[in-house]
Amino acid sequence: MRLAVASGKGGTGKSMVAANLAYTLSRSREVTLVDCDVEEPNLHLFYPAPAMTTDVTVPVPVVDEAVCDRCGQCAEVCQFGALTVLPERVLFFPELCHSCGGCRLICPGGAVREEPKRVGTVSVSTPLPNLTLVSGMLDAGDIHAVPVIRAAKKCAADSPLVICDSAPGTSCPVIETLDGCDACILVTESTPFGLHDLRLAVEVATGMGVPSGVVINRSDGEDRDTLEFCADKGLEVLMTIPFDREIAAIQSRGDLLSRVRPEWQAAFSDLFERCGRLAEGQP
Amino acid sequence: MKICITAKGATLESPVDERFGRAQYFIIIESDSGAFEAFQNPYVDGSGGVGPKAAQVLVSHDAKALVSGAVGGNAREVLSAAGIAMYTYRDGGSVRDAFDKFKAGALEHSG
Repeated sequence: MRLAVASGKGGTGKSMVAANLAYTLSRSREVTLVDCDVEEPNLHLFYPAPAMTTDVTVPVPVVDEAVCDRCGQCAEVCQFGALTVLPERVLFFPELCHSCGGCRLICPGGAVREEPKRVGTVSVSTPLPNLTLVSGMLDAGDIHAVPVIRAAKKCAADSPLVICDSAPGTSCPVIETLDGCDACILVTESTPFGLHDLRLAVEVATGMGVPSGVVINRSDGEDRDTLEFCADKGLEVLMTIPFDREIAAIQSRGDLLSRVRPEWQAAFSDLFERCGRLAEGQP
Repeated sequence: MKICITAKGATLESPVDERFGRAQYFIIIESDSGAFEAFQNPYVDGSGGVGPKAAQVLVSHDAKALVSGAVGGNAREVLSAAGIAMYTYRDGGSVRDAFDKFKAGALEHSG
């Protein structure tokens, strides 16, 4: 099973839920936790361990100026403005390139070849006997988050149980994370902003056909608007975590609620069972 | 010499569009005769990389100077490499006003 943890709004507790869910499950089975928030991965802070790190590269075009006759077809086919053909030479903007390979395919003279360009890394570690952590990390200043997420998920391709911790928002990195997942946990908080972004995140998950349920974190004890929204949309509230000073303290020192307070393991096990039913389309 | 002025319409009376890559029109004027042609910018709603693409339009039309409000980094790199001079116009007037000021040497040369 593949689970995604997403949210819409940042800072609602995605990583907290993902890290604790993985900890609880790893006590009885093998789990792979994938940090897909590659612009600011943080799961390694909860699970420090020596890691094997490999580069993630994307192919980018290199134009052989001696062969190129400046016909301009590569610039025309590029939908992202990454290539500009001047009378004397070709300019390339790597940060605009999406590595589609169109320029190489269309070049009639074969003047375009591809070279790998590093955009980030993937680190794999085993912080607990049953827990594998895969952390995608985008290089500072780079914008190609999607290939790093794809590479991180690929490392977990053979694992029977995968938890993907998504970036916040609703853009390409979130779509890439949700792609292929059996169910999605949407973590929200009892604030108008939390609810606003939950609405957007629900639309994304629904649009992608990934069944989703809601975890209310930092609950104010009432969650009136959130509960109303969930009831209206037919979304199951999978778990509620209170707004609690001790939980915040455990979290901020990089510890795990389910390790410090083992009684929470039952709640995270229950969350997992509910996710399983969601994935199978059962109420 | 051909100069390009970014515009919100297709005539010399149209207001100058202060954006470059997402300008509505490119008006290319032959500076000696004042004859002009207007081109709709195909990249006005493009998702990204519109600066270099718009710069490519100027290169294809053999423009030697650009008058616009603001030109982004990537477009600036293309225009510089192509030897197209950039001039800033932010007076909120028409293409004709920008053209007159360009001819009078009253516009700031920005690259």
